[in-house]
Amino acid sequence: MARTIQSLERAAAMLRLLAGGERRLGLSDIASSLGLAKGTAHGILRTLQQEGFVEQDEASGRYQLGAELLRLGNSYLDVHELRARALVWTDDLARSSGESVYLGVLHQQGVLIVHHVFRPDDSRQVLEVGAMQPLHSTALGKVLSAYDPVAHSEAAEAAREAFTPRTVTSMAGFESVLDLTRARGWGSDVEETWEGVASIAAPIHNRRRMPVGAVGVTGAVERVCKEGELRSDLVAAVRDCARAVSRDLGASRF
Amino acid sequence: MTDTHSTGPFIAAIDQGTTSSRCIVFDRDGRIVSVDQKEHEQIFPKPGWVEHNATEIWENVQEVVAGAISKAKITSADVKAIGITNQRETTLLWDKNTGEPVHNAIVWQDTRTDALCRELGRNVGQDRFRRETGLPLASYFAGPKIRWLLDNVEGLRERAEAGEILFGTMDSWVIWNLTGGPNGGVHVTDVTNASRTLLMNLHNLDWDERILSSMEIPAAVLPEIRSSAEVYGTTADGVLAGVPVASALGDQQAALFGQTCFSEGEAKSTYGTGTFLLMNTGDKPVNSYNGLLTTVGYRIGDQKPVYALEGSIAVTGSLVQWMRDQMGLINSAAEIETLASSVEDNGGAYFVPAFSGLFAPYWRDDARGVIAGLTRYVTKAHIARAVLEATAWQTREIVDAMTKDSGVELTALKVDGGMTSNNLLMQTLSDVLDAPVVRPMVAETTCLGAAYAAGLAVGFWPDTDALRANWRRAAEWTPRMDADVRDREYKNWLKAVQRTMGWIEDEE
Ligand SMILES: Nc1ncnc2c1ncn2[C@@H]1O[C@H](COP(=O)(O)OP(=O)(O)OP(=O)(O)O)[C@@H](O)[C@H]1O
Ligand SMILES: [Mg+2]
Repeated sequence: MARTIQSLERAAAMLRLLAGGERRLGLSDIASSLGLAKGTAHGILRTLQQEGFVEQDEASGRYQLGAELLRLGNSYLDVHELRARALVWTDDLARSSGESVYLGVLHQQGVLIVHHVFRPDDSRQVLEVGAMQPLHSTALGKVLSAYDPVAHSEAAEAAREAFTPRTVTSMAGFESVLDLTRARGWGSDVEETWEGVASIAAPIHNRRRMPVGAVGVTGAVERVCKEGELRSDLVAAVRDCARAVSRDLGASRF
Repeated sequence: MTDTHSTGPFIAAIDQGTTSSRCIVFDRDGRIVSVDQKEHEQIFPKPGWVEHNATEIWENVQEVVAGAISKAKITSADVKAIGITNQRETTLLWDKNTGEPVHNAIVWQDTRTDALCRELGRNVGQDRFRRETGLPLASYFAGPKIRWLLDNVEGLRERAEAGEILFGTMDSWVIWNLTGGPNGGVHVTDVTNASRTLLMNLHNLDWDERILSSMEIPAAVLPEIRSSAEVYGTTADGVLAGVPVASALGDQQAALFGQTCFSEGEAKSTYGTGTFLLMNTGDKPVNSYNGLLTTVGYRIGDQKPVYALEGSIAVTGSLVQWMRDQMGLINSAAEIETLASSVEDNGGAYFVPAFSGLFAPYWRDDARGVIAGLTRYVTKAHIARAVLEATAWQTREIVDAMTKDSGVELTALKVDGGMTSNNLLMQTLSDVLDAPVVRPMVAETTCLGAAYAAGLAVGFWPDTDALRANWRRAAEWTPRMDADVRDREYKNWLKAVQRTMGWIEDEE
């Protein structure tokens, strides 16, 4: 068995102790229940307190479980909530960019499209909510892989299929794409998934700065790019939209 | 806010709603520049009673206007006009000299005038004033609420007859205060709001003296009825001092306008606290024989009025809120979709939310809510599904009534409102209607409609064709349900509806 870290085991034991039976305990009760010296117990409690996992009652000096533990359990963001919060901003992005807008989250080994706004011309389009896109080649997928470690490991383990001659399939190549994505704060896909199609995407963060999804525009390569480069006004509009949604989810300014 | 907006000028719209007040600033393309919103208290003094504090509402309105202007980083000089839209029918009486409300506002959902309405129906019944007003006698509308206040607030009738008291729905209250209140505020309402009082004659768009005397309401309290798009006055002070107040429309009519339903036969359905489907019937009021309301759609300046048929559903989004707040089955309204999506169907359960009776097409005060078809098999997820289906089937019923009354077959339904972010609901709606459901790119059509009307009044936009050009399809759902499934489910739904009726027996 691998070596374990004693102070983490002790911290876990403390949390269990505070979770069961009597909810508020004094330092000496905690120390004696766990067979620890008071000084050792105090050091661990103080660390847990700093992390918000334990709170100390001011009047009695007794310890109890902290609010952060509750938040940990409830931090999952409902995808339908995400769509509802994004609605106004994604509509506006479609309007200002003239392209279709997609909102995606990680689901199993790919990107699940949870919201789709049509391109604002009068053409017939089909709602793609519920469709899956690949992680390694799409702008949404690259953004998720760059910011969400779970998405990253899914993409790293998957067989990265070459959809077009431009798809990046090697691990090293993929990693450098992700580095670039993180460095500039947005991701792109120029004919790496579909011939003739380009997209730009940016990350959405929740109030604890965790990546919860990605939003982007997709359109014909000749509209999304200008003189061989992705249009900077589109990049700015996509990033604005991602920031506005993040702000609505309570993320602080960044 | 995005930084890609033009530099103005702009139109500001105030939406004084049932649960909150909002202010949205729009640019010339009809794009949202900034939004500010604040909720107000829902006061429930007794079962079935719902009130708002009008002073709190006016303070919130001032706050959200200031908020939206500051978020947009603009000044009054950049704003060409203000448009007003509001929760309809909610009734307020206030002192003309002090500006003090004499009582809380009585909200449209309030049922305290049930018995009064039966009494007013006398031997004729619910349809006593339908020919003149287009409405059944129901506690939903403003007239009986005025009468209740006059009868129940000490000394009020005398003060009203002496001309010291003003009546208004929320449009009148906001406009009167914006334009100076006790210091020269204008006391007006627009045709759409007036058409919800049970006191206005639909044919000449004036207060109906015979109804006023039957309801014992002194004409002195009533505002002047004006069109929906004209300059009523200018803002007296605050961040928008000097800006013309140039439109007023009830929220549902504003959504019709915002959806640019300017041609006869065009319709929209708004999914908020309740759901209201309005169809433009052109320059003629169409009588309903199938439980719909005849109402004014809008009137632009001195042009002819445009009428509408309306199907009103009292409880749709508020049923989702009930699942969250009273049942605790979900944490947010959006989560109803997650719960409902965890099962394939309703498991045999049907939920008819007749919480305060049934509105269109039944108008039954004696109905109460029912969950039918329960077995041991049914889970909370099936109930969640039944909740969403309730909104869809209720829409189907008013669409059927609309087809019968108007003779116009619905080719597609234009939708808006908070519930349209629910993808499963929109798909279900398309399935049960057997027609495409289309969402426009600005979900805030209520504010947009008020902005459009104000913009037309001051020449910011040239005509309704220019507005129509702004309309964009954001999403479309198409039917996927087999006809035999649809028929079977509709039959079950109608059976469940029958089981709600006659629950309340005359208490007296
Ligand atoms: N994703 C969703 N699924 C189902 N219902 C929803 C969802 N999001 C919001 N709702 C419901 O929609 C309603 C809010 O929509 P909206 O803001 O359009 O209401 P409203 O009636 O216009 O409010 P007001 O009367 O204050 O103007 C609430 O009743 C809420 O329960
Ligand atoms: Mg509203």
